[in-house]
Amino acid sequence: MSNFLKISGLHAKIEADGGDKEILRGVDLEIPAGELHVIMGPNGCGKSTLAYTLAGREDYEVTAGSVSFKGQDLLAMEPDERAAAGVFLAFQSPVELPGVNNANFLRTAVNSVRRARGEAEMDAVQFLKTVRAATKSLSMQDEMLKRNVNVGFSGGEKKRNEVLQMTLLQPSLAILDETDSGLDVDALRIVADGVNKLRAPDFSALVITHHQRLLDYLSPDRIHVMAKGRIIRSGGPELARQIDQDGYATFLADAA
Amino acid sequence: MPAVTETREQIEKLGQSTYRWGFETDIEMDIAPKGLDEDTIRLISARKEEPEWLLEWRLAAFRQWQKMEEPEWAKVAYPKIDYQDLHYYAAPKKKPGPKSLDEVDPELLRTYEKLGIPLHEQAMLAGVEPEEGAEPRLPIAVDAVFDSVSVATTFRKTLQEAGVIFCPISEAVRDYPELVRKYLGSVVPAGDNFFSALNSAVFTDGSFVYVPAGVRCPMELSTYFRINARNTGQFERTLIIVEDRGSVSYLEGCTAPMRDENQLHAAVVELVAMEDASIKYSTVQNWYPGDENGRGGIYNFVTKRGACRGARARISWTQVETGSAVTWKYPSCILQGEGSVGEFYSVAVTNNFQQADTGTKMIHIGRNTRSTIIAKTISAGRSDSTYRGLVRMMPKASGARNFTQCDSLLIGDQCGAHTVPYIENRNMSARIEHEATTSRISEDQMFYCRSRGLSEEDAVGLIVNGFCKDVLKELPMEFAVEAQKLLAISLEGSVG
Repeated sequence: MSNFLKISGLHAKIEADGGDKEILRGVDLEIPAGELHVIMGPNGCGKSTLAYTLAGREDYEVTAGSVSFKGQDLLAMEPDERAAAGVFLAFQSPVELPGVNNANFLRTAVNSVRRARGEAEMDAVQFLKTVRAATKSLSMQDEMLKRNVNVGFSGGEKKRNEVLQMTLLQPSLAILDETDSGLDVDALRIVADGVNKLRAPDFSALVITHHQRLLDYLSPDRIHVMAKGRIIRSGGPELARQIDQDGYATFLADAA
Repeated sequence: MPAVTETREQIEKLGQSTYRWGFETDIEMDIAPKGLDEDTIRLISARKEEPEWLLEWRLAAFRQWQKMEEPEWAKVAYPKIDYQDLHYYAAPKKKPGPKSLDEVDPELLRTYEKLGIPLHEQAMLAGVEPEEGAEPRLPIAVDAVFDSVSVATTFRKTLQEAGVIFCPISEAVRDYPELVRKYLGSVVPAGDNFFSALNSAVFTDGSFVYVPAGVRCPMELSTYFRINARNTGQFERTLIIVEDRGSVSYLEGCTAPMRDENQLHAAVVELVAMEDASIKYSTVQNWYPGDENGRGGIYNFVTKRGACRGARARISWTQVETGSAVTWKYPSCILQGEGSVGEFYSVAVTNNFQQADTGTKMIHIGRNTRSTIIAKTISAGRSDSTYRGLVRMMPKASGARNFTQCDSLLIGDQCGAHTVPYIENRNMSARIEHEATTSRISEDQMFYCRSRGLSEEDAVGLIVNGFCKDVLKELPMEFAVEAQKLLAISLEGSVG
């Protein structure tokens, strides 16, 4: 199952200030099924770009390389097709949708994905039951369902809402883009719980973070260090602790 | 390509192909010759077998109209209309009343079918007499205006038992002349504006509603409007009167056949609400907007006004405007009774070369009168949309309050949205609030939705419906569905 997620020589650029800026410069990464991998790296190294590119954001243009996900060409798929195929991105900055009721949004999302996966759509009653169970297991208030998507949510509430969406959409690949940043210990635990509840032989996760703190709750399988648009070092969980103590300087010096 | 660019380009392609109701019914018509003079008016009046006073009223309006200038202050541009090049009267040829649907002109039935009207409702619309004791199946009464003559009026019996009159205004002229004479032109005087004068001179038909004191109308009243004859100006005239403590909800929905020539539509709607009376007037307007090059489409110059004559009267206008090439429309409230309430909820969608200049006027005369204005504008393509609203506090309007919120949503970078609020305050105890926002559907929002599995079309629909929520929730259930469909259709083609 080593071909669960395979990123090979991935290059991507973005249009900025009238010119193209290459951000990913040959990313190679494999995540086998059932594993939880972590990407760490200094600001601007391309971590979020990698996350967005995997989820299919259109303003990042892939110029070379390939991504295969469960045997499919991920880069050829639309963002909604990727969601249906099982890719989920927890946003670093979740987007506000004024006037769009959170419960309605969640149900629309769940049913879109279920339809695409050939599963029966949930009616309002079924959905309410499912969503209530999910909020309860994540120690979240039902009141969040009645509000408009992310509008007026605190930073912590937005992140928890991402975890709720992840729980409901049941992805097979979850990408968490600095979901832990700015969270207090309790919220951190909720995020970790959300991921841990999904862990299964056919579920993998790619966690982007700056901090060892979240990893204390997650028991990752592999740590990757990213710099200047490439993975420059990979190792076991001890690598994260080393970064936490010494910073990135030694890795960057090695890579240079 | 960024999603928004794509959305924009595809929305620009929206045009004739997506206008589902572009068809023309080929029914034998009784058409007046082109042109407008006193003889045309006499002909209309004669065809409708009107009393002398109404003919005189029409002629007086016509003489006023002749001295008036077409208004040019609105932010709309269109070729000069040749008022002598229009037919002012067209009616389907009279036939004896059908006994069953088999006897109804199949062309007419096909029109209804394309409109998506269910069969049992078609029978009612076509004027088929229901069997004795048959239960009415829908709590909506429909008065179909097929071109200029009301083809059929339904549920009249149920309404009659409640004491509610709901009929074509031409019939009301015959059957309830005192009521019509008392109220016609009492809210919108013939000489109010160029188009109201024209309407007063040549109006052919429309609806008449009378709700007596203490009666809550037992069902929603509904009218399907269609403009059908080539080059026929359509001049609807609607009059709704609700006496003390009465209430009514009136639905007006329209679609029109596709054609190349521009069509003039100049309706007048007058509402009168007495003490503690309430009138809810909802419109879904989807006339042909013209093609993607701005060719064709309806000119929609409407005067709608309601008078809250009694204390605590309430008039509420809700409109979803997706059609017409040019819209000039300001449903207004005259808040005369103490503590009376006026509301205006509007969604206006413009696309391609559509132009809309719409809004409301809230005239606060009485003490403690209140008004709420919520206007949502969505512009796409090269369209131009203007909210134009007046809030006027008269010297005696102590304690009056107004709240106005105008939000614009832009799709693409070639459309325009404008907000022109006029505020006139002559009473220092009055409170007036105005909020306005302009925003775009952002790529962030689109990507966020799509990464959760929503198709591009569903994502746009969700975002736009969210934007319009405050207005859509004001629509009666029966109409909310149609309105959402219309929004979806207006946005169809925004996806590849």
